[in-house]
Amino acid sequence: MTSPQETSPPLKVLHLGKDLLASNRQHAAANRARFQAAGVLVVNLLSAPGSGKTALLERTLSDLADRWPVAVITGDLQTDNDARRLAGRGAVIVPIATGTLCHLEASMIGRACEELDLTRLQLLFIENVGNLVCPASYDLGETRRIVLLSTTEGEDKPLKYPLAFKSADAVVITKTDLAEPAGFRREEARANVTAVAPQADIIELSARTGQGMQEFYLWLEAALVSRSAAAVHR
Amino acid sequence: MHEAGLMEEALRAAEQAAREAGAERIHRLRLRIGRLSGVEPEALRLAFEALRPGTIAEHAHLDLEIAPVLCRCRRCHVEFAPEDFVFLCPRCGIPSAEVLRGLELELLAVEAS
Ligand SMILES: Nc1nc2c(ncn2[C@@H]2O[C@H](COP(=O)(O)OP(=O)(O)O)[C@@H](O)[C@H]2O)c(=O)[nH]1
Ligand SMILES: [Mg+2]
Ligand SMILES: [Zn+2]
Repeated sequence: MTSPQETSPPLKVLHLGKDLLASNRQHAAANRARFQAAGVLVVNLLSAPGSGKTALLERTLSDLADRWPVAVITGDLQTDNDARRLAGRGAVIVPIATGTLCHLEASMIGRACEELDLTRLQLLFIENVGNLVCPASYDLGETRRIVLLSTTEGEDKPLKYPLAFKSADAVVITKTDLAEPAGFRREEARANVTAVAPQADIIELSARTGQGMQEFYLWLEAALVSRSAAAVHR
Repeated sequence: MHEAGLMEEALRAAEQAAREAGAERIHRLRLRIGRLSGVEPEALRLAFEALRPGTIAEHAHLDLEIAPVLCRCRRCHVEFAPEDFVFLCPRCGIPSAEVLRGLELELLAVEAS
């Protein structure tokens, strides 16, 4: 019996097993090798918009830039507001306008690094685009990943954005000066972080009052010392 | 949302593989999406609808296989499938960080002719 199908080309099943993030992973690996060779600690900051990434960096640069050579790459959708806030504090700032892209990718970091002399740096911060979903999936080749959670945004954030928190080496609880007026339930927030991200260190601070900033600097210093033993993200 | 970019990558890879195999039409794409991948299956479907016109996958089916999460307890090393995003070991009751599966974003296979 003949059927019309027999005249059409045969169906082929192509088994590909292709990782859709492979290209980002390759760029991230290249970045990581470059950072290691230069001996620079690279810290990727992730949070929802407004959690206090730029404020934390403003204070950190003012306090540390004369101690450690530091630079910042800022990812922003449209503006270079964050880059302007960080300017004039002794650090090189490289803004990346991501346009409509809601996260930074490793290739963008690779290009931004062309504007930096990595071998002269000790510390490179990356302020990711304000978003707790997409940036979590993109390894930038960083040595450490920090997720920020402010006292004004709800204790259940870790449960709502598990991927970001699970990929964090540290969770920084910001705006502790607002904890009381915001009715922030500290123990509940810490318990949620530990439940979702048991691997993460927890640091509480206020970039406004300076409370907890020393602990943050000690954490950075420890990371600087043990650079090579860095956690490897996706 | 980064699902559009991922779908673009999937379609590009699928089209390339199909052409290399001498095929001219893609009938089916099979993707595996880990429950912990951060990707929304519905957003991926929407991206597929938006991107497929004019490609050789224009009339293709999109199969999304959702891969469950598998973890390993850091204390007793038992492997377990957690029920939610708090990965509690069923034996020790302690939270676990090690994820063995559930992060996948893969183009598994393409059917083409
Ligand atoms: N009271 C208080 N406000 C803060 C603190 N850190 C940041 N803010 C404010 O929160 C808002 C968002 O901060 P910003 O650093 O721009 O957040 P980003 O979007 O994560 O970079 C700004 O109005 C900051 O002044 C803090 O420690 N205490
Ligand atoms: Mg900012
Ligand atoms: Zn156990």
